[in-house]
Amino acid sequence: MFEMIVRISLLCISLSMFGLIYRVIKGPSTADRVIALDAMGINLVAIVALISILLDTSAFLEVILLVGILAFIGTVAFSKFIEKGEIIEHDRNR
Amino acid sequence: MTEIVKGIAAILILFGAFLSLVTAFGLIRLPDVYTRNHAASKSATLGVMSILLGAFLYFWAEHGHFNSRVILGIVFIFMTAPVAGHLISRAAYNNGVALWEKSVQDDLKGKNSQRQIEK
Repeated sequence: MFEMIVRISLLCISLSMFGLIYRVIKGPSTADRVIALDAMGINLVAIVALISILLDTSAFLEVILLVGILAFIGTVAFSKFIEKGEIIEHDRNR
Repeated sequence: MTEIVKGIAAILILFGAFLSLVTAFGLIRLPDVYTRNHAASKSATLGVMSILLGAFLYFWAEHGHFNSRVILGIVFIFMTAPVAGHLISRAAYNNGVALWEKSVQDDLKGKNSQRQIEK
């Protein structure tokens, strides 16, 4: 029963990943694509948690933290690039 | 006792999967960058938090294993996902991405042009 529920929710999350991929391909502006990629990273965290439940091991739970941190850093870098045109500014360049 | 906790974990996981589907529908159907950002940052955050809470409860009930990394992941996602949404939305506005044509109010209109002049 429990395993069936986990499989069903894995299916739901995969369907929602397809919706996000549609938005990444079609999205009219760059910000749309970055938003969809950020949501994909967050969905990936959920997929890792569900697969570690299915395999009944707690060895993959570090991956949750790692993917969360990487998605956040990537989104911050992209938004800074969109806003200012460069990610790491040089101090004397102003 | 174990069965009850596993039932609660199953309900939390199903709720998280439902919220993830809601995120995808919002991203497909909403008309505007800002409304899409609203859908993505809120419902995806809550859905993933409830799925991680379900996973934590499952490992706790099944193996008696208190996994603090999942708790850290919940706290981290709760803190960072809205900040990422805010940054992307601000970058889109300062870059001049248009609002939906039926939206009524744009509180930042004058301030944004002033900011462009200062640059």
